[in-house]
Amino acid sequence: MFGFHYKLERKAISFTLAIIFVASIGGLVEIAPLFTIQQTVEEAPDMRVYTPLELAGRNIYVREGCYACHSQMIRTLRDEVERYGPYSLAVESKYDHPMLWGSKRTGPDLARVGGKYSDDWHLAHMINPRDLVPQSIMPDYARLLRTQLRTDDLGRHLKAMRAVGVPYTDEMIANAAADAKGQATPDDPAAEGVTKRYGEATNVRAFDGRPDQLTEMDAMIAYLQILGRLTDAAYKTAAAPGR
Amino acid sequence: MIGQLTRTERQIALVILICVAAFGLAIAAAGKDDPIGAHGWLIMVLCIFGVFGVISGYFAPEPSEERLDSYYDEPSRVGIVLSMAWAALGLFVGDWVAWLMVDPALTFDAAWASYGRLRPVHTTAVIFGFGGNALIATSFYVMQRTSRARLPDQLSPLFVLLGYNLFCLLAVSGYLLGITQSKEYAEPEWYADLWLVIVWVTYFVVYLRTLARRKEPHIYVANWYYMAFILVVAMLHIVNNLSVPVSFGSAKSYSLFSGVQDAMTQWWYGHNAVAFFLTAGFLGMLYYFLPKRAGRPLFSYRLSIISFWGITFLYMWAGSHHLHYTALPQWVQTLGMTFSVMLLVPSWASAANALLTLNGAWHRVRDDATLRFMMVAAVFYGLSTFEGSFMAIRPVNALSHYTDWTVGHVHAGALGWVAMITFGSIYAIVPWLWKRERMHSDRLVEVHFWLALAGTIIYVIAMWNSGIIQGLMWRTYSTSGTLAYSFVDSLIAMKPYYIARAIGGLLFLIGGLVGCYNIWMTIRTAPRGVSEPSIAIPEAPLAVIPGRPGAAPQSAE
Repeated sequence: MFGFHYKLERKAISFTLAIIFVASIGGLVEIAPLFTIQQTVEEAPDMRVYTPLELAGRNIYVREGCYACHSQMIRTLRDEVERYGPYSLAVESKYDHPMLWGSKRTGPDLARVGGKYSDDWHLAHMINPRDLVPQSIMPDYARLLRTQLRTDDLGRHLKAMRAVGVPYTDEMIANAAADAKGQATPDDPAAEGVTKRYGEATNVRAFDGRPDQLTEMDAMIAYLQILGRLTDAAYKTAAAPGR
Repeated sequence: MIGQLTRTERQIALVILICVAAFGLAIAAAGKDDPIGAHGWLIMVLCIFGVFGVISGYFAPEPSEERLDSYYDEPSRVGIVLSMAWAALGLFVGDWVAWLMVDPALTFDAAWASYGRLRPVHTTAVIFGFGGNALIATSFYVMQRTSRARLPDQLSPLFVLLGYNLFCLLAVSGYLLGITQSKEYAEPEWYADLWLVIVWVTYFVVYLRTLARRKEPHIYVANWYYMAFILVVAMLHIVNNLSVPVSFGSAKSYSLFSGVQDAMTQWWYGHNAVAFFLTAGFLGMLYYFLPKRAGRPLFSYRLSIISFWGITFLYMWAGSHHLHYTALPQWVQTLGMTFSVMLLVPSWASAANALLTLNGAWHRVRDDATLRFMMVAAVFYGLSTFEGSFMAIRPVNALSHYTDWTVGHVHAGALGWVAMITFGSIYAIVPWLWKRERMHSDRLVEVHFWLALAGTIIYVIAMWNSGIIQGLMWRTYSTSGTLAYSFVDSLIAMKPYYIARAIGGLLFLIGGLVGCYNIWMTIRTAPRGVSEPSIAIPEAPLAVIPGRPGAAPQSAE
């Protein structure tokens, strides 16, 4: 074996090919089957896609680096299920490009934070976390309330999402900007289009308490309120506590 | 810098700079309503500065033909200076975010100054800025010496180095502007990623062209590691960053993979960025600078073969240990755990090979802080690889994952191993590169060593404590069978450890600044002299150690 290596290390190209070959095996064995084995991702017929407003909120979550302190992955451990809710299923992040499972909990897990607190709570918490949780070390995000949400390019965002496999329809793409406005303006005629396209259960509210304007805060809270609620699959399986 | 280029190379440099400037202008125009526009202008302005730089040196006399008889060290010199500049920035931001976790009010309501945007500035500046520049600078140096061949031309190594720094700059400024794709340790967006592919391919071509001209029949061990570093990082970077941009004028892109497949791909990348950027590359450094500084031949050539191929093969399986108990299928988790445990064998083989090389030179370890940096690095390498294998065991991971223990583990590796071997190598290489007798002050090297070691130990012990306390508090049940602590309870318990961590980081930062000062003074004022035999390319082959076919580096004496 050492004699063979003695020859190999005299040839730069052979050595290069040997490195590529040896280093490729692990990834091929572990990653490729995840795309082909059916059981990897569960079936969830009720799974819906993110609305344009929720997607915009998700992009703000990414932009601000929230994932550095908050995970979105409840592990299959008793204490986590009791603290945060049913453990996360693969299907729940099926439309997450990229996934935001996270690796650190400086703050609590957010995989099932949707619906856990009111919009008002989130608004006050984002403006100053220490007003609600005095010991919190989260930065404040009051400026989201002062920033208008950009909506003119949301159609292109949905289109890019469709290119990577998320089933957005032409109608959804064409109405992306109007749907973003409608979801945060319940009295607006555009609001009806949102429930028509994304389902009756979609949250249509003035998330930041100001129906007259569409801010980044609207998008952020809309996103937080849908976390863990795109499908009920986790509540129908062994993941749910008490089953 | 320009004086070392031939006339033709100066012309090519101008063409490259003008092309990249035009590309920057195109991005700036297409993305005028998007954060990417700012990057377009940045690229263009930097390239215009570059054009002026080349023009100002354009009519300088061409380098003589005699240059071909000596090594080409200009890129290494520039790389070492850039590396230390990035170290100062990265360590400073690191300590800043550490204080943000003590007092979150330090963000003064500015978007760029919040924790979430500054944290990737810290990680990118230290890993890619400090570590990457040191790797590129030392790899050019080591490759030439161990091959007895000069770099193939004057321009392409400089292109690699400066192009790489453009990538780092786009990355770091992007986070402050809110441009990130959120993939840990791969945050830069699609256009910066494409640019890095061009730079990286050029880097490997430079490597192969130099090796093709080598006068040594064997490729020395250090080069195996540098080659694995370049090749595998290219594979990881390309696969992990596959994405569809929203448009040419938008910084935002959507990752090709989603959910569970994306998680596995990201940690396949993330863990092997640790393996091939933060381990393989720095082992290349270790295998050259430690024997050379100690004046001892490498302990075992065969051990280095086993550990090299062990690391190259086993590491690629280990990424899934970042996803224990998640929605990733259990068979992948189990494979990841198994290979992580096996990984201890080649890791400890490397650490042992380094420490046993020091046999017969321990008196130098005592007297020479530079060599002591390298020795401590090897010890921390052994410690953190053991800790890593341990934490990859599923039930241990149940406790450690999501806690500060992971942060402590990463810093045992990053401060104790990566930064220590880099500082040791830099203190060895600076007098050689600038042809000085010695460093400006050996005393200050000693000061830096103790500050770095104290800072690392305080940091790591603080994070071990906070991490284990966190993990235990989250899973503690009261006698009535309910969870005993709220999340906020665990946060309150962290406070003293977060203060200790920030102090440890501060010591490490001060050490780094002392190093910057010392290196600067060495370049500016230390007496000229020769500390290395010669920069001329030797005619005779390097000393071959009996019984070991690989050519070991010559002793420093």
